[in-house]
Amino acid sequence: MVSLMSMTQTQKILARHAHLETVRAGQLIMADLDLVLGNDITAPVAIREFAKFGKPRVFDRDKVALVPDHFTPNKDIKAAEQCACMRAFAADQQITNYFEVGRVGIEHALIPEKGLVTAGDCVIGADSHTCTYGALGAFSTGVGSTDMACGMATGQAWFKVPSAIRFVLEGQFGPHVSGKDLILHIIGLIGVDGALYQSMEFTGPGVAALTIDDRFTVANMAIEAGAKNGIFPVDETTLAYLREVGAREPVIAAADGDAAYEATYTINLGKLRPTVAFPHLPSNTRTIDEAGDVRIDQVVIGSCTNGRLSDLRAAAAILKGRSVAPHVRAIILPATQKIWLEAMEEGLFRIFVDAGCAVSTPTCGPCLGGHMGILAAGERAVATTNRNFVGRMGHVESEVYLASPVVAAASAVAGRLAGPAELDTL
Amino acid sequence: MKAQGTVFKYGDNVDTDVIIPARYLNTSDPAELARHCMEDIDKTFIQKVRPGDIIVAARNFGCGSSREHAPIAIKEAGVSCVIAATFARIFYRNSINIGLPILECPEAAAEISAGDTVAVDFATGKITNVTTGRSFQAEPFPPFMQKLIAAGGLPQYMSAQD
Repeated sequence: MVSLMSMTQTQKILARHAHLETVRAGQLIMADLDLVLGNDITAPVAIREFAKFGKPRVFDRDKVALVPDHFTPNKDIKAAEQCACMRAFAADQQITNYFEVGRVGIEHALIPEKGLVTAGDCVIGADSHTCTYGALGAFSTGVGSTDMACGMATGQAWFKVPSAIRFVLEGQFGPHVSGKDLILHIIGLIGVDGALYQSMEFTGPGVAALTIDDRFTVANMAIEAGAKNGIFPVDETTLAYLREVGAREPVIAAADGDAAYEATYTINLGKLRPTVAFPHLPSNTRTIDEAGDVRIDQVVIGSCTNGRLSDLRAAAAILKGRSVAPHVRAIILPATQKIWLEAMEEGLFRIFVDAGCAVSTPTCGPCLGGHMGILAAGERAVATTNRNFVGRMGHVESEVYLASPVVAAASAVAGRLAGPAELDTL
Repeated sequence: MKAQGTVFKYGDNVDTDVIIPARYLNTSDPAELARHCMEDIDKTFIQKVRPGDIIVAARNFGCGSSREHAPIAIKEAGVSCVIAATFARIFYRNSINIGLPILECPEAAAEISAGDTVAVDFATGKITNVTTGRSFQAEPFPPFMQKLIAAGGLPQYMSAQD
């Protein structure tokens, strides 16, 4: 029997931040925030709204992060002016965590790497992929610019307490299968609104087999199922990562054993195959075995979903000693400066450049059709990014296929959508 | 508060990338954003839309990016109300926060057609299809959101709490 007091992991974090003993699904609360985040697209609107709150200073200059990562290095004059607005605000407010070009990285890779989020935190960001930090056992969700402004002014946000869907993970991944395949499989299973307004709570013995990078990738795409947040339990892997990055002391919240879930799915990680989301929805998934013959023009390996060092290593393992097909442009975007340096020092850039890839400075760039790899009419890209909506990477008649770094790298070599196993038969 | 206008009708999963493509996000000027509203799903929308017109869509309207530029562009284009079977959650809260009226009503979303004239009474949640004479009842907002909307948006509401 479900006790009235039982809560999900998410509900426990929200209750603590609302100074309540318990919360229940559907309840409206005001919650204290540990971090308020914005980027060069959303922060300028938030800065305009901030003035309407009548507060001269942000609530805590250490708990606001401003990350100019989308259209940087400035892609045009208008983008430069947006960044100038953000830079001036950061200077005026003496924001501790403002990251200039040269130090900046893609926000959802950079913020955890800098130790700015810990387990049990309550975080909002004016960017939909803020749900990434659920990998660390934090409640973290994307909001708009007005919410960000409110967060900066008051240190609080309003929430409707979500119900939850539980994903019980069992077993471990087979070869060439990773967190990206898991989350694409799940979105294919439940649909792009399958978790609308809800939490996605990942649990079960299979969690232990997931690296922290796998968890970042899975939590990152919870929004693509419509979820408010995705969250993982805190285990040794989490704690080791938090120690490594010097994060604040974690506050561990675990779901009650009898917490109520709207639905429970059990997923055997060992049965998953490399998975691809076909245009134009992340839920339009097929395994690589069902992909058919799809000739491609571009490959993008990077983004807040899959631009981490492990992603670059996985791509390099495929590309080593091979060449990108002559008709394909392959673009690699390490997500942060730290990742960029480590990849360089490991010799990954030599592998990429020898294979015929372009290596970029960190930027969101092509993921949202900003710059650094825009598609023409009729062109197709395999990308390790998170969205394949109409026109997402460029022309409305272009197409994006979402996949893991392994599949993206194999496709770059094959010149068509391909899994790594197919390279042996080329 | 009431609204009446001609309906522009769309399907499931209208994402914020088609409502306002990212190539126009190098500005936050509402008038400039409005000029490109719905451009990647309906190129003629911005030429045809008149003040007070209403967008009706199916499931998960506003999914994807958190860009508040999407409801800003819709509001600035003169749209008086968006009715959908369901809304993506960030779009939902952004609309409430900036004072763009939105209503969830699966029946209205299913039965209203493009070009119909529709009237909305926000106080009662009653949606009337003037063209066909049918009416529908939308879910009323919870009291907290009613107060937020009545205050004129989140900044005004929060300032009044101090």
